[in-house]
Order: sequence, then C-alpha cells, then structure tokens
Amino acid sequence: MSQQGRWKHLYKVMSKPGPYCDDDWVPGSDTIDTLESSKILVIGAGGLGCEILKNLALSGFKDIHVIDMDTIDISNLNRQFLFRQADIGKPKAEVAAAFVEKRVKGVKITPFVGKIQDKDEDYYMQFKIIICGLDSIEARRWINATLIGMVDPENPESLKPLIDGGTEGFKGQARVILPTLSSCIECQLDMHAPRPAVPLCTIATIPRQPQHCIEWAHQIAWQDKRKDDTFDSDDMEHISWVYHAALERAQQFHIHGVTFQMTQGVVKNIIPAIASTNAVIAASTTSEVLKIATGCNPYLENYMMYAGEEGVYTYTFEAEKKPDCPVCGNLARKMDVDPDMTLGDFIESLGERAEAQLKKPSMRTEEKTLYQRFPPQLEEHTRPNLRLKLRELVENGEEIAVSDPAYTIDFRYRLVFK
Amino acid sequence: MLKIWSMKQQQAQAENAEGAAGKKKKKVTAAQLRVQRDLQELTLGNTMKMTFPNPDDILNFTLTIEPDEGMYKGGVFNFSFAVNQNFPHDPPKVKCTQKIYHPNIDLDGNVCLNILREDWKPVLNLNAVIVGMQFLFLEPNASDPLNKDAADDLRTNREGFKRNVRSSMAGGSVRGVSFERVLR
Repeated sequence: MSQQGRWKHLYKVMSKPGPYCDDDWVPGSDTIDTLESSKILVIGAGGLGCEILKNLALSGFKDIHVIDMDTIDISNLNRQFLFRQADIGKPKAEVAAAFVEKRVKGVKITPFVGKIQDKDEDYYMQFKIIICGLDSIEARRWINATLIGMVDPENPESLKPLIDGGTEGFKGQARVILPTLSSCIECQLDMHAPRPAVPLCTIATIPRQPQHCIEWAHQIAWQDKRKDDTFDSDDMEHISWVYHAALERAQQFHIHGVTFQMTQGVVKNIIPAIASTNAVIAASTTSEVLKIATGCNPYLENYMMYAGEEGVYTYTFEAEKKPDCPVCGNLARKMDVDPDMTLGDFIESLGERAEAQLKKPSMRTEEKTLYQRFPPQLEEHTRPNLRLKLRELVENGEEIAVSDPAYTIDFRYRLVFK
Repeated sequence: MLKIWSMKQQQAQAENAEGAAGKKKKKVTAAQLRVQRDLQELTLGNTMKMTFPNPDDILNFTLTIEPDEGMYKGGVFNFSFAVNQNFPHDPPKVKCTQKIYHPNIDLDGNVCLNILREDWKPVLNLNAVIVGMQFLFLEPNASDPLNKDAADDLRTNREGFKRNVRSSMAGGSVRGVSFERVLR
C-alpha cells in the first residue's frame, strides 16, 4: 500500500474538527506533526503489548519505545502474534520491535530488554505518553509512583499521562491516569482483590483441596527431596514429579481432583489469557493514546471495564482520587513560615495546627535529616538543629517530609518564607 | 495534551497564588520518607544499636546486635543496611561485615532470611527485618543454610556446634577456616 494511501483516513480525522473535539483544537498539519513526533513508551511486549505495538504503529505513531524483561515461551505463540516458533527463547521486546518495524514502514521502535526499575526519571521524562500492558500489580504501582514523583508544577511537560490496560480471562480494563490530577493506580488498588494465598500451615498440615496438595508438593516436598535442583515450571519432568507427589498426598487425605493440568496451572500461577480480550483492551488503550496525543477527540475519564464472560458488557466511570492515597494524596502543601523561627518552635507550632496536630514528628529534607526522634544516635545528632533558625536549615520553597507515629500517613510541606 | 498541561498549570497557579515558587527543589523521596517513618517505629531494646555514618543519609546505616542469650551471647555483630530508592518495593540489602560462623550467614557476609528475599513485601518494615536478624542469633536455622558446613554441624552435633561457635567468636578457626574475633 502506498504511504499516502495507508494514512489517508487517519489524516482525515486529524484535518477536520469533529463534533466532539474542543473548540480551540486546531486540525491540520501541526496536529499530524505532533502525532508523528510524539515519543511513546510501551511497557510490556506480551499479550497486550503485541497488540498495542501493532495498533500504535498503525495509528501513525513513528517513535515508539518498548520495555520488556521476558523471553518468548512456546505458550505465548497462540496470541502474541509478533512471535514465531523460531523466536522461542529470544527477548520479547527485541523480536516485537523488529517485527513491527519491518511490517510498518517508517516507524522506529526502540526495544529495551530489562526491568522498568532499571530506568530512572530522566529516561521516563523523554516520553510524551506511557502505555502499559502489564501482568503484575507490583510493576504498575512502581511506574505509577515514579510518574507521580516526576510531576514538577513548574514544568507541565513533566506530567506524563499513563494509559493502563489489563486483562484476566474474559475480563479487562482500560484506564487513563493523569499523574497528580486524576485518581491513580494506588488509589484504585483496593478495587482489585488479591488472589487469596493459602497459609503455609494449611498446606503443610491438613490440605482440604486438590490445589493444597499441589502447593505442598511444589513448596514443601520439593524442598525436602530435591533441594539441589532449582524448580523449573517449564521442565516437564519437574511438573510431572510434583504431580505424582501431589497425587500421592491427595490419596492419603482422600481428596479427589488432582490432575496434571491443574498441577501446571497451580505451579505456573496461570491465569487463562484470551486473545480477543487482549485485542479489545489494547484497542481501547491505544485509541486513548491517539486522542490524548493529538487532542482530536475527548479522552476516557477515566476507567472502562469490560466483561465478556456473559455476552458483552462494558461500563465507564470516573474513579475518584483517594484523599489519603499514599502515593498521589501525599503531595506537598504550601506552608508559610517565618524564616527566623527556630526548628524547635516550628515543631511546636505543628502540634497546634488544626489540620496536622503533630505531637511527635520527625522530619527531613531531601538532603538533610532535620530532626529524627528515634533511634537515639540520630536524635542526639539532630537535637542541636532544634535551636537553629529555619533559614539556616532549609531553603525558601524547599520541601520537608514529616512523619508522626500518631498518624499512618506522612505529610509533605513546601516551606515558603514570609 | 496541551489541554492536560494547562489543567496542571491552573492547578499549580491556584496553589502558588502568592508566588514564591522558585526553581525546582529536590523532593524527599518515597524511600526516604518510608525509612524516616520506619526508624521512628523501631523497637531496638538493649541488644541492638544503630549507627549512621552520615546522619543526613538515613538509607545507609549499621545495625549492631549483641545477643543476651543463646549460643551467640557475648558477641557483637555488625550488619550494614543499604536501602535503595525503590524501597519499600525492594527489601533492604543487609550484609554482615564480619566473618562469622553461622548456618544462615555465609563467609562473605550474605544473610539468608526469608523476608530479605522471597518473602519480602512492601508492608513489612525495618522493624520486621531487625527482629528477623535478632532471631537468627537466638535460633540458627539448619534447614535453610547458607553456610552448609555450619548447618550440618548444628544438625548432627548441637553441642559440638556450640563449642565451634564459641571458638569462632573468640577469633579461632573451625575446620581450617579462621574467623573474626567478635567478643565484647
């Protein structure tokens, strides 16, 4: 297909105002330039990631980066369509990037094989929008906290919209997070119930379910009998050993239902992945990226859930910011202070402020430990600070962080000299 | 995109109505804030002490344990703690700075404690770690060894193990390996 032909419809959308776009939106070549020059980061090159990379490239983005730490496994091939049998064992990010680059001319995809935690704020700062298709809550929380920490009120471009997609079986969600402005991943954490963990003592003593027997074989029997072999969930012999051990234990306790397949499912912690669910969610998240980057249409505010188990159902709502969110609810508040006040008097005044009432606070700046009540060595070292004036300890406009054992949350204040 | 940025600018302006914004100041990191809180909530008792080579850097410190009972009574054991900026997502890195004879601590000072590795969770705090460390000296655990010789010794001959611990703590050697004197 000719280049002109490929982008014809996209350019049309970018060149004419639609009924829903903002009044001050300017269609035309500037918008198309913005689209093509926007640097987008894709986190994850798995089930969702493959779809997202394909969609972004076909939506006209030209500068895409992708991070993934995993290598390709045979079980990925049914839905992660950028990978072939010959790619098994190779890093997902590299193979996916090369495939899409080859298929869609003119797009540059830069892979990084590694963890998101390997990269620092400078790295994330270069992108305009970050889109993720992750399978772990841990990684989502990390990127969420990092992006919120990066927001600098003086520099609006430090605010990086985060578009998060997730699927589990026939269910999925897409959400748009504007760090510090909208509800964040941490605010929404309790909407996702963690998988209940079976206490080790149940597994070790009286199993009730076939899964308990498998966990026992996997966690206890293996340690006991084969501790010199590192358990590998992709090694058929290992799975088979666990299966037989679990079966034997199940018979002792008269529990039925341990199968080879269940064993594999339990030890690999498999959540069934459905290709079409990934496609639906990836489509939704990538169109949000397109809309936010170009401004051509209003974006999702801010959470779309999709349930496909019984027919098709989706519901969109605005998740609210949690005022006591440990990540985004803890931004520095401005506080006017007299720079000639001593730190000791300042601490006392915190105890009188209605909104804080901090009786036993410890506090620091990024550089300095101002006052730390415990352990004793730090208390002794910081006690002389109590007699110093604030201007000798902090700069005008500097942020201090205050913790008090009476509160489960911490406070941040930006001290502005009167 | 521009719309989002102008939303942020409006929010920032509302907050800075009286000006005095200035250049970007460094923010206290989430790790620092969490460590500040964790330190405050420690219970050290009289068998443990913490020292900070640089009191402004609360992410790096030394924990000294002086067990008052058990086989390691009378010893003074030092551990370096290094907390990274990813704390509490990552556990602190803990190393014994002396060469000691212990089933769960190898000769390089690496410590085998479940909550420092596989069982670490961000809800755990520094207090949980130091309680775990203290427990290692009260109840060395032979079933989860890093120093396999010491673990075998403990399992097969508890009295002999005790004697070896005493002599290693005094700076003697056990099976050809010499240890650091750690007695008070």
